[in-house]
Amino acid sequence: MCLTCGCGQPGHVHSHDGHDHDHDHDHDHDHDHGHSHGHGHSHDHDHGHSHEHASTMGVTHDADLSTARVVKIEQDILSVNNRHADANRRFLKDRGIFTVNFVSSPGSGKTTLLARTITDMKEKFPFSVVEGDQQTENDAERIRATGAAATQVNTGKGCHLDAHMVGHALEHLDPDAESVLFIENVGNLICPSAFDLGEAHKIVVLSVTEGEDKPLKYPDMFFEADLMILNKVDLLPYLSFDVERCMAYAKQVNPDIRILQLSATAGDGLDEWYEWLSARRDATIAAKNRAN
Amino acid sequence: MHEMSLCQGVLKILQEQAEIQNYSKVNSVTLEVGELSTAVPESMEMCFDAITRGTLADGAELIIVRTKGEAWCRKCEDLVPVKERFGPCPQCNGVDIELRAGDALRIQELEVD
Repeated sequence: MCLTCGCGQPGHVHSHDGHDHDHDHDHDHDHDHGHSHGHGHSHDHDHGHSHEHASTMGVTHDADLSTARVVKIEQDILSVNNRHADANRRFLKDRGIFTVNFVSSPGSGKTTLLARTITDMKEKFPFSVVEGDQQTENDAERIRATGAAATQVNTGKGCHLDAHMVGHALEHLDPDAESVLFIENVGNLICPSAFDLGEAHKIVVLSVTEGEDKPLKYPDMFFEADLMILNKVDLLPYLSFDVERCMAYAKQVNPDIRILQLSATAGDGLDEWYEWLSARRDATIAAKNRAN
Repeated sequence: MHEMSLCQGVLKILQEQAEIQNYSKVNSVTLEVGELSTAVPESMEMCFDAITRGTLADGAELIIVRTKGEAWCRKCEDLVPVKERFGPCPQCNGVDIELRAGDALRIQELEVD
């Protein structure tokens, strides 16, 4: 089932285009693991003791302890995720699909920005969307209302999307060549920063109804992002949000970060955002054509 | 709770290495978890215990080695200790620093049978 990992799970992804009612089924597969082995506790304790004394006593508690050896590995814990991300990136690059991973706290206006962007730009190029949320199909439905294809990934207890989940979502979504793929990550400013999904860019969305010091409080995310979108700027007259200070904090963490100010509902600043998007999509397609 | 995903990554590596290095049981795993990395050691322990049940690493001891944050300060031209990933240089209070150590999340070694 899974081309990259051979995991055999149709799991993770709940539906492609519509209103399947399979949610519960798919999900159960993923989590089978931890439940069926409820007897684990006593193991932990037996273990630690037998090591310490075994060699000096000459008599071992465990018959096979004499074969114990140390293996040096020196492997990054995220290497498995990164392998899946590389596979996703190759898949997307071969098809000239420009992919961005949107990250933010909950409520920054990511889904509104995506829906508005698709509505305004869908005549120019095709879009598809991977929606990540802990649960519900709500965001994917909001995206489908714009006419774009969307796949909802429910992470259950997970706090972020990982590259494996996105790989499965891509199989279901089957995005058009030369399209734009938006991945809307779970609303969380911490965990998604560590997981490469195979995107070309991470975009961090910060709304002016939040604290202007978020780049300092959650620096990893702002460090990983190439673009910061400061959203809901139409509300600035009613708030005490210091835009200059916020931008300075973001630059402190990531001197190379680009910053766009816009309002996805009122429309301020959207032209610049659309230019950013169009230019990078063109470059992605040009790179694909050069490679072929 | 992304420590669960990180531990899934650890388990996957243990399973892959079992074939390459020819072992069937893992007794202990030594992980380097930098003080400035995104993982919390206590959560790693809890998740590792839960995720390894019934696997080749069931009951394995998790040994976590903490490494301290260290950065190169361009102004001081010196390696300095840092407590926050993008925190200021403790000598000059400047922020023109580049992290050199303390953010690793890495398996160092295993004891296996």
